[in-house]
Amino acid sequence: MQRQVALIKQSLFDQGYLDEQFMELEELQDDANPNFVEEVATLYFKDSARLINNIDQALERGSFDFNRLDSYMHQFKGSSTSIGASKVKTECTMFREYCRAGNAEGCLRTFKQLKKEHATLRKKLEQYFQASKR
Amino acid sequence: MGVVTESQFHVLAVDDSPFDRKMIERLLQKSSCQVTTVDSGSKALEFLGLRESNESDDPNATSTSPEVEINLIITDYCMPGMTGYDLLKRVKESAAFRSIPVVIMSSENVPARISRCLEEGAEEFFLKPVKLADLTKLKSHMMKPKLKKESEKPAAEVKPEIEEKESSVIEILTLHQELDSEQQEPVLSNNKRKSMEEVISTTDR
Repeated sequence: MQRQVALIKQSLFDQGYLDEQFMELEELQDDANPNFVEEVATLYFKDSARLINNIDQALERGSFDFNRLDSYMHQFKGSSTSIGASKVKTECTMFREYCRAGNAEGCLRTFKQLKKEHATLRKKLEQYFQASKR
Repeated sequence: MGVVTESQFHVLAVDDSPFDRKMIERLLQKSSCQVTTVDSGSKALEFLGLRESNESDDPNATSTSPEVEINLIITDYCMPGMTGYDLLKRVKESAAFRSIPVVIMSSENVPARISRCLEEGAEEFFLKPVKLADLTKLKSHMMKPKLKKESEKPAAEVKPEIEEKESSVIEILTLHQELDSEQQEPVLSNNKRKSMEEVISTTDR
């Protein structure tokens, strides 16, 4: 089982879903805090789900408040960076650039991609944590 | 390792994001610090014992000394209401607490913001995500004068405020000597800024 866990993790890095910041998180896990990484990941997905929802609603309204969107994305990018969510972070950066350029279509397109990456990462991390427990 | 065991290093961490609070708490614990986290600048002031407004009805209003001694405040910059910068100012304006070092954290690398904080008296400016290495290095600098003082005066009582201020200056110089040993500029604030830029440029991705 250990080998499978290692393989899942390696593929997450190889495919660029996670970066070295994730390893920083693992450094913080120890015998006294054996589930730290999973706990922090859970917090991240809870937080980011809320932000995604806020952005979705803001975009659905049709009126593009780029400042507000940028502000949501600032938070999202921050926590994505802290957890090592590399692909999600890239999409966040692009989204903010579109906000600054006032490009609504770019925002919509990027956000769609961002949600996809976010969902994929969530699934893969869930697999990883499940495998780690066996 | 020479770690002071009698008094644990107690840090007050301030961040409005639960995720970031969990991160900084764990990082500090891993650096052998005792941590208290709060979610706003005003709660931080409350914890320290600094009231925002004088409440004459409150029987506790006159008491400003907290039950715990805080050795360091680490705060996020971007927070709703009171920003980390506002908190820094309040702490530095207070006679009772200005000697407590304050570190600012931010996910944005804005040189003007960094300068502003350092000029207002911030000890350090960390770019998020904060790494374990950032904290262990900071802590070793914070602990040095404390260790020195404790070894020189085995029967030390209350330390006068002036002494503590001098030790903060020593900490700053030591920190920057290590960060950039080639630099010999006498101006302290320039050193800090330049060193921070160098630190930031190596950690910025």
